[in-house]
Amino acid sequence: MEASTQAPPRTPPPTGPPPPPSRMAGVPVWVLAVVPLALIGVAIAAFALLGGPGLDERRGPPVEELAVERTVLRPGEIELTLRNTGPDPVSVAQVAVADSFVTFSEEPDSEVGRLETQTVTLDYPWQEGSPYAIFILTSTGATIDHEIDVAVETPETGASFYGLMTILGTYVGVIPVLLGMLFMPLLRRVSRSWLTVFMAFTIGLLGFLAIDGYLAGSEIGAAAGGAFGGVELLFLGAALAFLVLTGIDRKLKAGVAKGKSEGAAGFRLSLMIAIGIGLHNMGEGLAIGSAYAIGELALGAFLVIGFAIHNTTEGLAIVAPLAKDRETPMLRLVALGMIAGAPAILGAIIGASIYNQELATFLLGIGVGAIIQVIVQLSPAIRDDQGRALNPLSVMGIVAGIALMYLTGLLVSV
Amino acid sequence: MTEPMEKINRRKLLIGGAAGAALPVVHGLVPHPGVHQALEGASAATHGGAAATHGGASAVHGGGNGGPTFKQGEVVDHAANGFNPTDMLRDFDYGKTTRLPSGRVLREWTLIAADKEIEVAPGVMYPAWTYNGRVPGPTLRAKEGELLRIRFVNGSEHPHTIHFHGLHPSEMDGVPGLGAGLIDPGGETTYEFNAEPFGLHLYHCHAGPLAEHIARGLYGAFIIDPKEGRPEADEMMMMMNGFNTNFDAEGNQIYAVNTVAFHYVNEPVAVERDKPVRIYLVNILEYDPINSFHVHGNFFNHFPTGTSLTPIEFTDTIIQGQAQRAVLEMCFPYSGDFMFHAHKSEFAELGWMGFFRVGGGATAQAAAPAAFCSLPDGNQVNG
Repeated sequence: MEASTQAPPRTPPPTGPPPPPSRMAGVPVWVLAVVPLALIGVAIAAFALLGGPGLDERRGPPVEELAVERTVLRPGEIELTLRNTGPDPVSVAQVAVADSFVTFSEEPDSEVGRLETQTVTLDYPWQEGSPYAIFILTSTGATIDHEIDVAVETPETGASFYGLMTILGTYVGVIPVLLGMLFMPLLRRVSRSWLTVFMAFTIGLLGFLAIDGYLAGSEIGAAAGGAFGGVELLFLGAALAFLVLTGIDRKLKAGVAKGKSEGAAGFRLSLMIAIGIGLHNMGEGLAIGSAYAIGELALGAFLVIGFAIHNTTEGLAIVAPLAKDRETPMLRLVALGMIAGAPAILGAIIGASIYNQELATFLLGIGVGAIIQVIVQLSPAIRDDQGRALNPLSVMGIVAGIALMYLTGLLVSV
Repeated sequence: MTEPMEKINRRKLLIGGAAGAALPVVHGLVPHPGVHQALEGASAATHGGAAATHGGASAVHGGGNGGPTFKQGEVVDHAANGFNPTDMLRDFDYGKTTRLPSGRVLREWTLIAADKEIEVAPGVMYPAWTYNGRVPGPTLRAKEGELLRIRFVNGSEHPHTIHFHGLHPSEMDGVPGLGAGLIDPGGETTYEFNAEPFGLHLYHCHAGPLAEHIARGLYGAFIIDPKEGRPEADEMMMMMNGFNTNFDAEGNQIYAVNTVAFHYVNEPVAVERDKPVRIYLVNILEYDPINSFHVHGNFFNHFPTGTSLTPIEFTDTIIQGQAQRAVLEMCFPYSGDFMFHAHKSEFAELGWMGFFRVGGGATAQAAAPAAFCSLPDGNQVNG
């Protein structure tokens, strides 16, 4: 039988004509990169030269913004470092301190362009301990207000200054962490359940520090000048630290896999915790250093004792993963302690000499990101037999960690 | 034993660390014009002279413990402003007089309102509203009993009026809704009234918002001399004013006499020893409840509003609210520099401060005759 039914005509598959050989095939790759860049450059230049054809100037008056980035007080003198954080140039015309016009010098002695800085040195007989309200009168009559909460002479950055900051950083950072690590022999002897509690305790402690760092960073970021960003710097720092540390951790892990040593895994975790805590302690040093610079830090035994108790717990956190290792060389332990504690010294120096809110926000963000990364690292260690991270033992540890940080935090005057 | 347990929040410290970097976004109201270009001009030369002659005093006024000052070496460009406070002191505008058929004197002025940017402190520009291009406006001066006619032309971009203090009919009061009411841009009107009572008065714009129309500079002194006149003296007009340059309506950033802050520090008011000096002092300061005037090394007779020829007190300091005014009469028994300023120290240090430079008198002061400077009520300054 002949097939009388005809199949419906099928549309041919949409093959289309074969792609013609690229006309750019013979052109070197670098030309393909350079030509568009050059054209973009020409277009921008033309736009700038023609002043944006078809577009009017901004409606309204110029926007004048000056952020006071740094205040230095010397006898009879107040030095302000100003940065133009607005879109238009600003010209400082006159300056009044405590409602009295003063003479001053400007460096450079010209208007301040966008993102540029100017140092203004005011001739004023300020008194130690007094607050001062300063207003800067711009050429248009706009006022920029700046408050000095308590006038205290700014320390000169010399050898003795760096020495003092190093001692301070060592007292509050290095020594407490090393002392905390003395719990290692104890950790070696305790049961697995207790070890879980200690690891969970470490997580609680780190969680407290992360939130603390986030709150500090967002507050400082919000108060920052804005020329280089505010709170977003916190997130930028956190993301950067998290990603970089994850990358380092993967690399270390690969090395450990090759060695197949359980002890190496414990050390890797300890190292990551030490790095995370170290970055956090840099933020702590920053706070101490800047407080010292503006005279708000009550130096003394109380400060050191407070930090010793507070940061000793950090030492405990570092050695917890090492408990299962058979032997850890002393040098390695000291190195871990230095990684976690020494950044406090660096932070104190930065805080007391070149303090800047944007920088502080960014550094705090790095601390937060590092700690979050470490928490992610640690969490497998607290799982129970059923693989639950939150089990009675771990919850107990986490709560204890948070509570201890809170309570010892009350002892810290900074 | 008990260490003070200072609890300082770590966060607070980090913020405090930058000493609370304040960064208000502010909107300047006018584009920034090049104001420093003419500093080499006449004003700079004048200043140079003044600074040089100031000698010891200029060393004292170096800021810091030496007292308030603007950035050293900077002065206002009076040529660009179109008026100089030194000249303004003794610049009395008597208008144009004609005699009416009745024999009475008709005195006429033309006042033109205009928007104008002026330099109120070195480098600080203020978008002022002016009468005849100056702040304060011209010092109008008439004699008791004359008929006054003031043609007002509004060349500003905003509606204005002129409201005179004095006795006049309702429709000549220069307030919105009465008589000619608000004068729109490009419009004009003529105010007409009798010159009474004698004394020191003022005129100002009464358009709303009133505070702004005054603060922007629309005011001037209005002197009606008594029929019998006042004793011969070196006369000058001082308008105590200020500028709220950031327009927040909370006080002022600049305080002055005759507009330019610290002007009479740079160019002291030249007077002669033993010669009567009469100051027509008006307070027009907006956004602050009081102002004051104090002179060093001297006392003066105080004639409030100038409506009586008998002084009420012999003092060295008076206080005035806005629109209060007074005629002050004094003699300087010693030559040399004498400071005058608001004895509201804040205003003084924000610009309301100056010097009298008392010259003349080659003879030693001690032997001066008792009657050398007798004032109308017989009160002898030299006692």
